[in-house]
Amino acid sequence: MNTYVIQRLLLILPTMFGVTVVLFMAVRFLPGDAVDQMLGDFGAASPELRRQLEERYSLNNSIPQQYVDWMGELVTGDLGTSITSGRSVSSELQRRLPATFQLGLLAMAFSLMISLPIGIVSAVKQNTPIDYAARSLAIMLLSVPSFWLGLLAITYGFAWFGWTPPLRYEQIWEDPIANLQILWVPALILGGLLSGTTMRIMRSTMLEVLREDYIRTARAKGLGARLVVMRHGLRNAILPVITVIGLQVPVVVGGTVLLERIFSIPGMGSYLLTSLSQRDYPVVQAIVLISASFIILTNLLVDLSYSVIDPRIRYR
Amino acid sequence: MSAAAAGDVLAPRELQGPSTAARFYRPALRFIKKQPLGAFGLLIVIILVVLAALPSVIAPQRYDDFDVTARLQAPSMDYFFGTDQLGRDNFSRIIYASRTSVIIGFSAVLVAAAIATAVGVSSAYFGGWFDTVFQRLIDVWMSFPGLIFIVFVVAIFGNGRGTIILTLGLLYGAGSSRVIRSAALTVRSMSYIEAVRATGAGDLRIILRHVIPNVTPIIIVNASVQVGAVILAESSLSFLGFGTPPPFPSWGRMLGEAQTYMTQHPHLALFPGAAIALTVYGCNMLGDALRDTLDPRLRRGA
Repeated sequence: MNTYVIQRLLLILPTMFGVTVVLFMAVRFLPGDAVDQMLGDFGAASPELRRQLEERYSLNNSIPQQYVDWMGELVTGDLGTSITSGRSVSSELQRRLPATFQLGLLAMAFSLMISLPIGIVSAVKQNTPIDYAARSLAIMLLSVPSFWLGLLAITYGFAWFGWTPPLRYEQIWEDPIANLQILWVPALILGGLLSGTTMRIMRSTMLEVLREDYIRTARAKGLGARLVVMRHGLRNAILPVITVIGLQVPVVVGGTVLLERIFSIPGMGSYLLTSLSQRDYPVVQAIVLISASFIILTNLLVDLSYSVIDPRIRYR
Repeated sequence: MSAAAAGDVLAPRELQGPSTAARFYRPALRFIKKQPLGAFGLLIVIILVVLAALPSVIAPQRYDDFDVTARLQAPSMDYFFGTDQLGRDNFSRIIYASRTSVIIGFSAVLVAAAIATAVGVSSAYFGGWFDTVFQRLIDVWMSFPGLIFIVFVVAIFGNGRGTIILTLGLLYGAGSSRVIRSAALTVRSMSYIEAVRATGAGDLRIILRHVIPNVTPIIIVNASVQVGAVILAESSLSFLGFGTPPPFPSWGRMLGEAQTYMTQHPHLALFPGAAIALTVYGCNMLGDALRDTLDPRLRRGA
């Protein structure tokens, strides 16, 4: 088991390497670069100016050289400097990362609080009105676009409740109440979207598990219904659920991009969209790399949890 | 008893069975009776497909007809869903836009299911270095957040329909290959697989006849969830301005364009979003019902 854990940890290295290569190449394949944008701003495209700018941002080096430089900077913890603003990416992210992280975590928490209990009850009470209501709810949650709900919350939230997203974003350590006032609506919208998937998977795997022989045995030996479901059912049904929760991290990242834009939250997602359109390579690379690392980490946790939760799956 | 023997028993009964029409209607009626919500979903999907196939017959106007004297009209008898900032009929545009969702949604899911099954099952079955290499490639692939990834691809390769279908397919296929792999891992460690192998069956036969049928419910559940999810993803992409190009409408882009005017004209935000929600709801309802009907383990039970 321990060798598996060590092996799995070591395997992060090729994955990270693959991610940096793919990311780096993808950014270079984007048509146009930041210098084009700047030259556009100056209204002139003199070759001399272009050469100077390219030299300034090391865009004239060969691509492998640029990659090596970037990796060298990363190893020392330097995320690079924004071409457009001239500020270091890490200083900018210090304000933006917490906002996105908070939005994502809050959404996940909302999602699990909604989905797990409803999914389990729905499976246990299969084909009863409770089950039908729960399934319809899950499907509705899955079907409604989060960005549409966001738009409606802003449009009708003001008209009906006089609620409007505060104009100024406050960090949680500056003003926790104002911070949560901004974040709870987008987090609830995103959490609702996520909970639909989790609820469905929870229900369907729980149904499968409840038909297994060992559940019948557990019932036959007189174990209470609650214990059968929680101890024997949940433990066996949770594996696909954990996979799905792990798979949802990219959905969360994508969702934060959309909701940050709609609710004007100064997080990573909105920063990425702006930087992408300005071809601000260092910023784009840094943000995608951070999201990717985070996803790699959760994938690792999902993989490791398999063997802990289901000993039938043995890694050698 | 092998599957071939079971087929021999079934064949004669099929041949002397009721007429073709009755054989089609009876299961259809049973489906409606047992799965009313699924039938409702099917109805929505059928309406959607009809709209997507024949928009010019159904819509009162073309998607690019505009009338500058009738800009930003509220819903009325002339314009059921009102008009947009160029005076185009929103009702007609929503009907035309169904084509974007149908084509991209269904094609991308087919691509995804094929990829997911091939990768997930073979990876779980062969294990070893094969599994390791594939899983690492998928790790790299899936480490990029989906939406950001598609935005990248569209920025590089353009927003053609084929590009978007293939990218969405690869994206969702990689995701479900993980789920299918974890299901196939459990199947592989079952004793019946060992028994089949003891009878001398080859790898390909075991995979096709024994592993894939046993993970098919998972594949179907996944694909059924994905039709709706892919339609949602396409509309998110269009919402951000990276979807299929104008002037042909898509619901997501209509919402994206609505942002500028929606505080004064909420109908612009209301209807395209409702169209997405209703469509995805129908697809998901149908998928759910199909799963309950098709999954032998769920059918057997209480």
